[in-house]
Amino acid sequence: MRNARMHEAFGASAFAFAFALAGHMAGPVMWIRESWQTSAINPSGFSRYLDPQRMLLALGRDQVEVLAIAEEALRSGAVPLVVMESGKELGLTAARRLQLAAKAGNATGLCLLCEGMGSNAAETRWRCQPVFDASNDAGDSTLQSWSIIKNKSGTLGSWDVRWDAKTRRIIVVSPSGKRPGSKGMPA
Amino acid sequence: MWFPRLASDRVLRACPRDAPFALIVEKNNTVELYCLNQQAERQGLHRGMRHTDARIFCPDLQSSPADPQADQRFLHALARWARRYCPWVGLEGGDGLVMDITGVAHLFGGEAGMLVDIRRRLARAGLAVRIGLADTRGAAWALAHHGEGVASGEMLPHIGPLPVAALRLDAASCIALERLGLRTIGDLAALPRAALTRRFGQDVLMRLDQALGDQPEQVSPLAEPPHYRVRLTLPEPIGLSDDVMAGTASLLERLCARLKANEAGARVLCLTLGRVDQASQQVELRLARPLRDAGRILPLFKRGVDQVDAGFGIERLQLVAAQIEPLPAQQISHAQSAQNAPNNELYDLITRIGSRIGLENVRRFLPADSHIPERDHLIAAAAFSEPAGPWISPRPRPGLMFRPEPISGDGPLPPRRFRWRRMALSTARATGPERIAPEWWMQDDNWHRGIRDYWHVETLEGRRLWLFHTPQNPGWFVQGEFA
Repeated sequence: MRNARMHEAFGASAFAFAFALAGHMAGPVMWIRESWQTSAINPSGFSRYLDPQRMLLALGRDQVEVLAIAEEALRSGAVPLVVMESGKELGLTAARRLQLAAKAGNATGLCLLCEGMGSNAAETRWRCQPVFDASNDAGDSTLQSWSIIKNKSGTLGSWDVRWDAKTRRIIVVSPSGKRPGSKGMPA
Repeated sequence: MWFPRLASDRVLRACPRDAPFALIVEKNNTVELYCLNQQAERQGLHRGMRHTDARIFCPDLQSSPADPQADQRFLHALARWARRYCPWVGLEGGDGLVMDITGVAHLFGGEAGMLVDIRRRLARAGLAVRIGLADTRGAAWALAHHGEGVASGEMLPHIGPLPVAALRLDAASCIALERLGLRTIGDLAALPRAALTRRFGQDVLMRLDQALGDQPEQVSPLAEPPHYRVRLTLPEPIGLSDDVMAGTASLLERLCARLKANEAGARVLCLTLGRVDQASQQVELRLARPLRDAGRILPLFKRGVDQVDAGFGIERLQLVAAQIEPLPAQQISHAQSAQNAPNNELYDLITRIGSRIGLENVRRFLPADSHIPERDHLIAAAAFSEPAGPWISPRPRPGLMFRPEPISGDGPLPPRRFRWRRMALSTARATGPERIAPEWWMQDDNWHRGIRDYWHVETLEGRRLWLFHTPQNPGWFVQGEFA
């Protein structure tokens, strides 16, 4: 994933995608969301992915505030990863401003959206879906399918990945018959 | 000024009682009387008496524990109050004040008028006071403690009849002097000095000379608390935001030098811009960390200053550090500076974000000691807490939690098929149950359904959910989603 750009992710396990991305990066993570939301990220849940000490949570009143905080955080360069949750569609202007801020601060931004709400300014867009893992009996599987459905500077692809909590990295698994372009997967 | 019952007067000011009252303190495994009110003294009680003995003499004695630190704070407050009479106020022991009223008495109608005023105000405050006024500090002390009065001119006629204890001597010297028949200061002053020094050392004569004014003695006033307010008045009004920032920069430099001298850091800064038309505008800056580095604070003011309406121009600037925290000087080393540099940036970022959404809305997670999944972490404002660890979760917990959402299902085993958020899901594998009981010592409405059996359910559709069943009050709920 390219640094100093704004990316987008959606799908049921988009937040796991964000945790995994944060786990791969060093330094503090700024997680920005709107304060009215009823669901909450749970530190003892994502401690498998990253140390919760690194996580900073910023609560904005509405989307405008969330965007303003995200721009400020990206531009400052103090946090290498900024994750923002957006319930509404992201305008082209807003997304472009974030993109410029990310470039200025040399920080990576990730916007968690609902499906079909992305904007054209994003560098990449990822669809993240959890997958039932029939082979793992332990019951703590983290198997999921990440597919990149928009990429400004590269090819599209799809991977089945699993998180390794011990080494804190993702493991790419490639089950047979599930390649980009095959049945049920996006081309 | 001597406050003979400072401690008990302080307590009785808060809750007046019309009965014998004493403050008690535990000393050498016994409980002793520390300070008494007048009624208790009238019953024949005295300081240092054992509390049990006192209860025998006076069965209806009320008592409460003494707090010497609070008494000291109260005495400092009194010293601050006494500055209304003169600027030169010092402490005298643990229960007195010494004031140098040279040249100020005429402002209050002479010495007598001033004494009347002091007495009246202290009586209204419910404080017993004894005041001695004399040309020397020693004589004033003697008069305050042993018979009040005003002494001027030659000291010996005034303090001569007082006992030798009025000379601020230690108890052993007093007893020795009294054994020799020297009961009053006058007796002592009449003796040849050489013999006295040989018998009692320098101390007795020094105290005598101080009281009689042959040896000077200073009153050392209490140190002024530092104040952090700097101002700048301009000859011509300014209106450009760059000019205001330049003015702020020069104010900040002066303020930060003062903060540095006192090893303090500002937490809240308030910049007041006075306009030509007498209106004023305020820019408040709440910092995420105590700071005294002008170079770092200045850019943080930029956003606030840009929003100011200058009107016809700004002619006065005033900068106040409204909230101060101690910030000791730290050794700077290469290893540390490499670690701290990005941290500073982070706190500056928190300050900037906090100025937009409120500093308490930037938060961090802290571990908490509870087995209830909702309460195993605390969310604290990042500016007022330090990151803490370690994070240990013995059992996998969902990465996303929400309020329990009911689903249809019955029986103790997870339903094979269920609908959640308008999705039809079918259970492929369920792990559990993990039984969690509510904390009975905490009242929590969310747990009114009793104990919960948690199941980690993997669905064929992929979603991995955290379900729970409440056996005491049957029902199934979804509470989280695993990452």
